[in-house]
Amino acid sequence: MGNELIQAPLAGTGAANQDVFSETLQALAATDRNIVVVTSDSRGSGKLVPFGKKYPAQIVEVGIAEQNLVGMAAGLASAGKKVFAVSPACFLTARALEQIKNDVAYSNNPVKLIGISAGVSYGALGSTHHSLHDFAVLRAIHNMTIVVPADSFETTQAVQQVAASEQPYYLRFGKKPMPLLDETGETTFQIGKGRVIRRGSDVAIIANGETVYPALQAAQKLATENGIEATVVSMHTIKPLDEKLLSELALECKAILTVEEHSVNGGLGEACASWLLKNRYHKPFDILGIPDEYTVTGSQVEILNHYGISESGITSRVKTLLNTLT
Amino acid sequence: MEATKDVTLTLHNSLLTDDSSLITHHLSLKSREYRRNILKYIYKAKAGHTGGSLSCIDILNVLYNEVLNVSPETFTSPDRDRYIQSKGHCVEALFVVLADKGFFPESDLETLCKYQSHYIGHPTRKVNGVEQNTGALGHGLPMSAGVALAAKMDNRDYRVFTLMGDGELPEGSNWEAALTAAHYKLDNLCAIVDLNGLQITGPTKDVCNTEPLDKKFESFGWAVRHVDGNDVVALKEAFDALPFEKGKPSVMIAHTVKGKGVSFMENELKWHHGVPSEEQYKIAMQELSPAP
Repeated sequence: MGNELIQAPLAGTGAANQDVFSETLQALAATDRNIVVVTSDSRGSGKLVPFGKKYPAQIVEVGIAEQNLVGMAAGLASAGKKVFAVSPACFLTARALEQIKNDVAYSNNPVKLIGISAGVSYGALGSTHHSLHDFAVLRAIHNMTIVVPADSFETTQAVQQVAASEQPYYLRFGKKPMPLLDETGETTFQIGKGRVIRRGSDVAIIANGETVYPALQAAQKLATENGIEATVVSMHTIKPLDEKLLSELALECKAILTVEEHSVNGGLGEACASWLLKNRYHKPFDILGIPDEYTVTGSQVEILNHYGISESGITSRVKTLLNTLT
Repeated sequence: MEATKDVTLTLHNSLLTDDSSLITHHLSLKSREYRRNILKYIYKAKAGHTGGSLSCIDILNVLYNEVLNVSPETFTSPDRDRYIQSKGHCVEALFVVLADKGFFPESDLETLCKYQSHYIGHPTRKVNGVEQNTGALGHGLPMSAGVALAAKMDNRDYRVFTLMGDGELPEGSNWEAALTAAHYKLDNLCAIVDLNGLQITGPTKDVCNTEPLDKKFESFGWAVRHVDGNDVVALKEAFDALPFEKGKPSVMIAHTVKGKGVSFMENELKWHHGVPSEEQYKIAMQELSPAP
């Protein structure tokens, strides 16, 4: 792996991933009447009002009842519907966890669970509305693929790919507008395969979801200001983890930093750490996420900045990590 | 044994004569055969939910022999009727009926609860004929509502049945689904409550009183009917009357006796998951004699 750069845009904003999700789903529903959306009074935040207006026969409202949302989604899926169960990630993956475990994963009903406004997207609404646990709990459930797209390209691809698959999935989206990570269109998206956005041999920054963009910003700043070349990976699929890519990164980079909008416990970072250690890759390694504490209050940006999940925070963490080498 | 089966088959075929006494005779024999098998395999496995399996077996008997449009040949058909057992712990009742209906050889039940067997203490789809993996309570009704809604969306005529225990009714997910089923007018959905009045801690009314249960379901928009859940004729009449009201989901409150059919097990809490000793097993099988 050399220092070849895939130039990414650092200015401008794109669409929010969960908005792209609803647009993509609407496009799919136009030709597939088996696509069904199930919502728990969440069509507004899921930007699914246009879907409901255009395809009223393909949207099921269950009211604020997440357990029933997932249970019914499993029943619908078992009867041949391509079901997308959409609810804020915080409620979907906690309130309905037993239905996810038994009705979807264990019973192998191919429901697509869509966690919206994930991580700390709801900012000042507080911890009731944050989902910092979802990777951890779902990673421990067999037959659950976890996908966290970073931009509109990944989101569109992910939604199309899961719609065509007869397996259960959890897709996690935020509501912040995200720039395209690769306007060249040279990178591809495949569930289970990490997407390398930028290449460099000093450090690998493995991120997912809305944290890939600040990781990319940090990488470009490190290159410009410090001559540090970073590989940036959108590890959109946490489970199954792209072990081949992890192995390559461990061999070719001097250190590894993971970044996620999730608790430092049980998420992307620990998934990578576990695999690397078990396979005897002993590299300087750090996990950047939300620490195990009463989460600071504020907007999403303020919370992420507070914990260093930002361009400057990631830059600083990389430097600290590389300093351990000297 | 083979001769017995021939007799039962003859009886079954004679149902076409519309002779209700023959139907009763046939179903009664089946219930006795199923009860014997429940005890046989629980005794062999040294594990199982004896009392609840005996309370609900007449319901499963009537469902699989008189009501459900499903067989091993049609099990993958999108038009089959669905049965989802919410009270999954009474899996022995389901297994003996599925074996009898030809979904798998009865000899498979020799492996009940054994290492690497698919025949575990709750239903799983690894077993032919099982619709959903259940066992955690409060899951059957939401899933059944989803399947019933899919039938409405696709203009299919199949019906969906779920068997719930009275002890699992406090699970909130049941009432979430009860609301939704009425909201979507799922009159192709029938919930049967196996109201045997006992759960692991004690009488259901003392653990968490759900009475008046009929009024609760009615107020949620369901059509309700009480039935003697150990009377195969009464059960058949009730199932024949579905839907109890057009445009509403139906609930059958089936009054049953836990441990039904074995004198010393009836209404005795310890038989919730009690396993008979050799002597108790012999007495129980004697009471359920002769073998059909």
